[in-house]
Amino acid sequence: MSAREEILARIRAATVDVVEKDPVTDVPVDWVYDQPTPLTDVLDTFEENILDYRARIVRTPASGTADAVVAALAAVGAGSVVVPGGVDATWVAAVEAAGIEVVRDDPPLSHDALNRVDAVITGSCVSMAETGTICLDHRDDQGRRALTLVPDRHVCVVTADSVVSDVPEAVHRMKASILEGRPLTWISGGSATSDIELQRVEGVHGPRQLFVVLQE
Amino acid sequence: MTATIPRLTPAPPPGTFLGMPAFPRAAKEALENQQLRKNLRHVTQTIRAKRSTRAEEVENWEDLRTAGEQIKNRVGRHLDQYLLQAEKAMTEAGITVHWARDADEANRIIVEIARAKDTREIVKIKSMVTQEIDLNEALEEAGIAAWETDLAELIVQLGHDRPSHILVPAIHRNRSEVREIFREEMGLWGVPAPEDLSDDPPDLAGAARAHLREKFLRAKVAVSGGNFIVAETGSLVIVESEGNGRMCLTLPQTLISVVGIEKLVPTFEDLEVFLRLLPRSSTAERMNPYTSIWTGVTPGDGPQDLHVVLLDNGRTKVLADPVGREALRCIRCSACMNVCPVYERVGGHAYGSVYPGPIGAILTPMLRGLDSDVDKSLPFASTLCGACNDVCPVKIPISDILVHLRNKVVEKKTAKHPTVESTIFGGVGWVMAKGWHLALVEQFAGLAGKAMKKQSYIGPIPLPVAIAWTRSRDIPVPPEQSFRKWWAAREEEGK
Repeated sequence: MSAREEILARIRAATVDVVEKDPVTDVPVDWVYDQPTPLTDVLDTFEENILDYRARIVRTPASGTADAVVAALAAVGAGSVVVPGGVDATWVAAVEAAGIEVVRDDPPLSHDALNRVDAVITGSCVSMAETGTICLDHRDDQGRRALTLVPDRHVCVVTADSVVSDVPEAVHRMKASILEGRPLTWISGGSATSDIELQRVEGVHGPRQLFVVLQE
Repeated sequence: MTATIPRLTPAPPPGTFLGMPAFPRAAKEALENQQLRKNLRHVTQTIRAKRSTRAEEVENWEDLRTAGEQIKNRVGRHLDQYLLQAEKAMTEAGITVHWARDADEANRIIVEIARAKDTREIVKIKSMVTQEIDLNEALEEAGIAAWETDLAELIVQLGHDRPSHILVPAIHRNRSEVREIFREEMGLWGVPAPEDLSDDPPDLAGAARAHLREKFLRAKVAVSGGNFIVAETGSLVIVESEGNGRMCLTLPQTLISVVGIEKLVPTFEDLEVFLRLLPRSSTAERMNPYTSIWTGVTPGDGPQDLHVVLLDNGRTKVLADPVGREALRCIRCSACMNVCPVYERVGGHAYGSVYPGPIGAILTPMLRGLDSDVDKSLPFASTLCGACNDVCPVKIPISDILVHLRNKVVEKKTAKHPTVESTIFGGVGWVMAKGWHLALVEQFAGLAGKAMKKQSYIGPIPLPVAIAWTRSRDIPVPPEQSFRKWWAAREEEGK
């Protein structure tokens, strides 16, 4: 018998006491899915929680996004930045005009080449206020996963209409990306560890600085 | 003289978990380690206070726990259906699915994949299940170096040590010990620690970043566990803090994920329950820094060769026990450890298992069977205070299962010959059976009470069996007059 057949046989023998074969009828789940978490102001809560992770955030009207991105790159001390193909051309132009080296991932950069770039600029998919979480589904304006991982600084543009209250609404919105087979990355602040004497250290392997530009 | 083959990775401490002494002896040794007790007190008290804040913040926390319990029960009771659904979805998404009956079979599968990729090293994401199957040593024997990339696991690996907590495995080490380990060991296995390395945690984390980055950038194969598999879509979920997980999931060309068969959730929507329960119960954060979810191969992004090893290794034995199966709901958050008065004092090593604390005390003996002295002692490594039941995000009735397993241990023991305990209780049964039996015993107790008039309590009694009980417990001196006599005297007076 193959391992697969044997394990399945063991499971069936172990659950002979389960008479009802329809899982949904056998164990009802009382939870009501996709409910918003009541918040006084979704964007204010999002901002507070981003700051709570010791990441930085600036709020700007759409007209000011390009300037805010340039200012964010300067604030994190980036001399070079990798830009995914789908990032707004006006932001890229502003970054170039500011004298910051723009690196394209076309053809794809090697790990080592990517490791030499200071920062990355991306858009985002959905964000959650209550947890201060930004979700990427790695479309053209966010790039493949390595781009938001290897460089040490991440400037991320979040649009106000993509911010929802909490995890349930966000999971609901991201279902479409999952069905398209897209990978998802949820980011809550910068990378962190509390492994030594439980003292929180911001920045281990992922980008050590996260700068959020919230476009209202 | 026999030639010793040089090791590819730092050697773990000699012996295995199974060769360790049973809990009572191991606990005694652990209690003598002052540093360990100080660190444990700090970590457990800090995290449990934070966890409680994070749970209270969620208005419908109790409903959320109930949802976690119900969803996981649904999975466990229909595990064959969900596994087949997950296998189909994963295969369609381009993942090669393997099944492993036990640790050896899982290790063989992983070694074969690594060999086919012609690699001499792999990078690893912190994972309980690969510790359970002792994968690192299996790879070492096959000539493949396995590198732990989580900061705490790196400290443990470089320190030739064992993890002591499932969430913060190096919590038994303080910062100066970590600095010494990094200084002495890093250079032997890769990028050395800087000469002027201080014992400041950000500095130590920086040294780990530099040491591991070299390994991440060149690794061809990575091994991970998995927090959840979504049966409906075949998506895998990994939650983490440091980004080492993302490095392993993203940069190498091949990724092998070893996942226990119980780790399924039925639908993607179910993640809204578990991705709230887990971070708040585990690191006591609203959300952990990074969560990665992937559904098979994405062309041009991340590993192009994905494998999932579905592991039984005793889980179907747990499932076969209708009382014990509730333990399979566990999402490995570690909240039960942080509230446990026993764990807080003895730490993780004393449990002789990769799963310590209350959950380890029930899960380990069920996974391994009640044969060894360690496994027989684990259901007794608890005061049955029940604090673990109250914090468990999936409502596992840990203390009920402990009692259930104690019963099994005793049944196993008494099946062969009566124990001292059962003989004593036989005697107690006789005394309680008839009024005059009790009266007779009280006569003797009264005499003993008179003889010991000057004492207020009885200390250690130097007799076999009695010494085990009285060494750490005082017994009050029996009263000279029994209740029976007092009652009779009172009746007499009333006449």
